Amino acid sequence: MSKEINTLEKKSLFAGFWNYFKGNPIVVMLTVVCLFVGFTRENFFSWNNFNNLAGNTAIRFLIALGVSGCLITKGTDLSAGRQVGLATCLTGALIQRSDAIGKLFPDLPEINMFVVLGIVLIVGAAIGIINGLIISILNVPPFIATLGTQTIIYGSALIFTNAQPVGSFQRAYSKFVNGAFFKSSEAGGFPGISYLLIIAVIVGIFFWFLYNKTRHGKYMYAIGGNENAAEVSGVNTKKSKMLIYMTAGIMYALAGYLLAGKAGGANAGLGTGYELEAIAGCTIGGVSTTGGIGTVGGILVGVLVFELLKIVLQFLNVDPNLNYIVQGLVIVVAVALDIRKNLAKK
Amino acid sequence: MPEYRLEMRDICKSFPGVKALDHAQLKLRPGTVHALMGENGAGKSTLMKCMFGIYHMDEGEVIYEGDKVQIRGPLDALNRGIAMVHQELQPIPERSIGENIYLGRYPLKGGFFVDHEKMYADAARVLEDVHLDFDPRAKLGTLSVSQMQLVEIAKAVSADCKVLILDEPTSSLTAAEVEALFTIVNELREKGVSIVYISHKMDEILRISDEVTIMRDGQYIGTWEAKELTTDFIITKMVGRELSNLYPPRENVPGEVVFEVEDFTSINPRSFRHVNFNVRKGEILGVAGLVGAQRTELMEGLFGLRSHTSGTITYKGKTLNIKRPKDAIDSGIAMLTEDRRATGILGVLSIADNISIASLNQYLVGGIMLDNKKIEQLVQDNVAKMSIKAPSSKTLIQSLSGGNQQKVLIGRWLANDPDVLILDEPTRGIDVGAKYEIYCLIAELAAQGKSIIMISSEMAELIGMSDRVMVMCDGRVTGFIDGKDADQENIMALATQFE
Repeated sequence: MSKEINTLEKKSLFAGFWNYFKGNPIVVMLTVVCLFVGFTRENFFSWNNFNNLAGNTAIRFLIALGVSGCLITKGTDLSAGRQVGLATCLTGALIQRSDAIGKLFPDLPEINMFVVLGIVLIVGAAIGIINGLIISILNVPPFIATLGTQTIIYGSALIFTNAQPVGSFQRAYSKFVNGAFFKSSEAGGFPGISYLLIIAVIVGIFFWFLYNKTRHGKYMYAIGGNENAAEVSGVNTKKSKMLIYMTAGIMYALAGYLLAGKAGGANAGLGTGYELEAIAGCTIGGVSTTGGIGTVGGILVGVLVFELLKIVLQFLNVDPNLNYIVQGLVIVVAVALDIRKNLAKK
Repeated sequence: MPEYRLEMRDICKSFPGVKALDHAQLKLRPGTVHALMGENGAGKSTLMKCMFGIYHMDEGEVIYEGDKVQIRGPLDALNRGIAMVHQELQPIPERSIGENIYLGRYPLKGGFFVDHEKMYADAARVLEDVHLDFDPRAKLGTLSVSQMQLVEIAKAVSADCKVLILDEPTSSLTAAEVEALFTIVNELREKGVSIVYISHKMDEILRISDEVTIMRDGQYIGTWEAKELTTDFIITKMVGRELSNLYPPRENVPGEVVFEVEDFTSINPRSFRHVNFNVRKGEILGVAGLVGAQRTELMEGLFGLRSHTSGTITYKGKTLNIKRPKDAIDSGIAMLTEDRRATGILGVLSIADNISIASLNQYLVGGIMLDNKKIEQLVQDNVAKMSIKAPSSKTLIQSLSGGNQQKVLIGRWLANDPDVLILDEPTRGIDVGAKYEIYCLIAELAAQGKSIIMISSEMAELIGMSDRVMVMCDGRVTGFIDGKDADQENIMALATQFE
């Protein structure tokens, strides 16, 4: 989030801590709360809880990575959650067992789950391209463009599923999505490292390379920094934005594919509001809403803060309705503090 | 009653790296039109913005109707009876004419609701006063730019002002509209209003004004009765500065013609039209003109940032088809834009990113990944060559001074090794030391055989650097002057050659 902090004034441990706190107050405060909860509540520091957190974070992280490109180029993507929902429905319909009761497509044979993944990703890319076309060719502001497409996508998902939930998936698929490496065969033993976590790590590394080591990444930051200057410098800003929204669509599709299996069923309403959580996670993680700034590491921290907060509140037995208020406060406070940090630098 | 309505004494105002006003002064008699003249950048607008409270002066005092006053802001100025029509219009086209006239001082009903009846009735009266036949309820955006300018003048008049500042009021008016404006100005003068009139158009000045004050480099040169002045005298006083060797010596002789533009015309009828010129290998072609001469628009047209209807661009005998900046860049043309902030720097990104952004194609490995080592080498070479002063190449460009930002941007283009460089106001807002470094760089590039087109509003810079000067006025090229023969008088004569 803030690179300079560590190099500044390494006078004492306390000074170092204070500087880190000033740079990342939410992270520090949440760490303190976690330690408190961990030592006062049972099972907080446990593998099961860790896997639960990792699974939730993994899917949110994929969505946040998708939307981050849009935010860095001063855009947004309000259709993220609905795209996830459509992807779960599509996955569900293609991956239903042949003996499923009320199968959506009764004549459809069982398709290999990786073929299904390919189809879902291609559809995601296509939706992303449509978003990109509306934004870069028709010049509709991203907020409005994706506000429009999100309802179109939701309606499409409802029609596609007849507004019914889709379940009874192939066992191999459910096993894969919920599976883990190094899982102990004994009951109560080591639960392993979930495939979801591995996938999120691989995708995260891919995005780190994309953002830091490729021309596409440099162009993305340049467009966010100053779109006119980027255009003058010979950047094809329309093409770049198309690619960004397409990549976003692929990420939502991947998240949807995994979410269907994790939830054990799919419906058009799955993923509702995820775009807002993803945008919140990105901004908590230091992605600037005025464009040009944002790192993969920061996004991970932002999403993690959000998911950790949910679990902590659960462990503290906070009224679930109060959860929303706390989460909202964290978003506002985190971004206000982050903006103050940037103001002070000027 | 004091002799002067308003006096500005010893006004000084500095911006980072520039002393915009250096003991400037102005004395306005009641019931007169006072012309304020000077080259671009002489400090006329800055002085007026100090009077109107937009800028706060560093030194000096303002005496208004015999009292020393401190004008805290535009609203304070308006309340005292000082009104200003700005050079750049600041209207809200989506709202009605009446709302624009009363913006910020809407008449209220019961202290809360806007009294629309009264506002539109008053607006109608104000428009009538200045002989404008517009419906005050019509959207301002339905008017032409020149009509908007007249509304802006009506707005200033409606403030019942005692001092009225008109900053280049006729820049977008037609001949008939100028006459209408002069009628209004004459009526206001008879009512005893003091009018400050800023314009570059000599004939207008000599016709309408009573007194003329001339400024140069932020300094006061003198005040004269308009009737004893001639155009030649004014030009001499405006530009009469001595040239010292502020410019590096030029060593190379330009070669053959490499870049040619023929009959280049904008899609916008008021912009550049039927432009013909060429540039030689190793030549510096200066482009002179007043504000509004469409020099920047022409260059943006050549670079693919603006559309054109007709015209051809030829480079080394090959016709170029430039639709967007990328096409121009691929053809070996580079353009340093005028407005560094709006179209130059990528503020929140590092020096390294800013230098490399236009040339990343050269550093692709396998079509996808970038060769960061080579890019870092490029960045280090440029930082050294341009002597960019910064803690590291990771420093954000927005934290650098204007001069260093400009060097980074020049570095961005040199990384592409272009053959034709368009430099639009390359030294604007840059302090003297950094200016000289940039001049040296430009001279060196010409010596390497690059063709350079340099727009500048600083006469001395044009004369000091150019092999040839192309002069533009109101969208047309009005002439070429050899660098050796160019002086401020002959450039100014061509630059004011209005149709």
